[in-house]
Amino acid sequence: MGLGFLIPAIVILAAAPIGMMGLTWYERKVIARMQDRFGPNRVGPYGLLQPIADGIKMFTKEDLVPEGADRFCHLLAPILMVVPSLFLFTVLPLAPGAVAAPLATGLLFFMAAGSSETLAIFMAGWGSRNKFSLLGALRSAAQMISYEVPLLLTLAVIPLVVGSLNLVEVVKAQEGFRWFCATPWGLTALALTLIAGLAEVNRTPFDLPEAESEIVAGFHTEFSGMKFALFYMAEFLSTLALAALAAILFLGGWDGPAAGVVPARWTNALWMTAKTLGMVFVMIWIRGTFPRFRMDQLMGFAWKVMVPLSLANGLGACFWVLRPGLAGNVVSAALPLGAFLVFTQLWLTPKPHLTTKWIDPALKL
Amino acid sequence: MSYHLNYLFLGVFFVGACAVPVLALGLARLIAPRKPGKEKLSSYECGVETSGDAWVQFRVQYYLFAILFVVFDVEALFLFPWAVVFREMGMAGLAAMAIFLGILALGLAYAWQEGVLEWD
Repeated sequence: MGLGFLIPAIVILAAAPIGMMGLTWYERKVIARMQDRFGPNRVGPYGLLQPIADGIKMFTKEDLVPEGADRFCHLLAPILMVVPSLFLFTVLPLAPGAVAAPLATGLLFFMAAGSSETLAIFMAGWGSRNKFSLLGALRSAAQMISYEVPLLLTLAVIPLVVGSLNLVEVVKAQEGFRWFCATPWGLTALALTLIAGLAEVNRTPFDLPEAESEIVAGFHTEFSGMKFALFYMAEFLSTLALAALAAILFLGGWDGPAAGVVPARWTNALWMTAKTLGMVFVMIWIRGTFPRFRMDQLMGFAWKVMVPLSLANGLGACFWVLRPGLAGNVVSAALPLGAFLVFTQLWLTPKPHLTTKWIDPALKL
Repeated sequence: MSYHLNYLFLGVFFVGACAVPVLALGLARLIAPRKPGKEKLSSYECGVETSGDAWVQFRVQYYLFAILFVVFDVEALFLFPWAVVFREMGMAGLAAMAIFLGILALGLAYAWQEGVLEWD
């Protein structure tokens, strides 16, 4: 029994850093290709050893703690950032039976672990005692809590349809090519999850907390050496976990045609990996293509478009469950589409200058 | 019984997960050089000399969004258990949740109309 515990734990703890290193290489190569460059190509064949060289560099860099900083917060923040991002992988199934902890509340557990990173980011910003760090941390916290609302509202369609929060059950419900991305509500939810998820992990176009042209590096301005590397690692691990979650919830997880000769478990694991890498590619593609949001656009989009849209989509999914067939499909397609058209208009229409009436504008806090 | 072992696993995993950053930081502490200096340790402000304190007052709007978030986050707490048993409740369940969400949406609409959601 003791060994039964240790094996999945060791597999995750060993695979996560390796996966993260591979991901840094993958992202740099893809971005380079999109920008008509070569990317890393000096260290090893195709630059494959670049992540190892980066790792060695991180280990040998001086760790600076600015004067007057909250040393305890400064030390604890990167640790609190990495630990939840490792926990994300415990509930994600790779193949039938290949999941470390098939919790009945898997989806909720994933969300809880993911959102606790907001705290670590704020600790980092506050603990650094630097204006840029604090501004970056505030932006991060505001952004992450704002996009968590539409993300939670969107993901609620999964238990609505499947009747379970267990991610293994979610994949089983989609087996035999009944992938949720092929339903109107599933397609909308996939798009919403990707957008809100990008905001949750602070990736472009939602990387305002790290907008280098405005606030240096945001919350990790004052972090160097291994502490910086840990933030970097947590960000990439969260990205990977988010891509895997999107693949599990909407793209059928391990479901896919078997190859016959090889055992089904292996093809299943391969399908899951391929779908995850596909989602990661989409995220990198978005990074390579879109400009950064402005702060007011960012907050407005979350509350004025994403929240109403996710509510409409949830209502559409309710009808899809209650009235199977054509009626449900039409309603669950029309509701989010209508909401999108109406609320983007409301959001984008120029309006007379509005400020919160009961805040004195002269105060300029 | 065997299901609760999952939580025991998460406890074991917590120890392992904490060991990863602690070991990395410990190893870096052994390898990395340490040559602190006054300039090096002053907080970074693009090369300009540091002025004033960093722990300052900030916009009240951050709090407003935090309050809105708490409302919707607590709502999500009700939404998930409801969603799991939705099929058994059918139309009645949908009506109950629609009333609850409708009241919350009214609150959001009021905040929007009052200009709380404008960031300027």
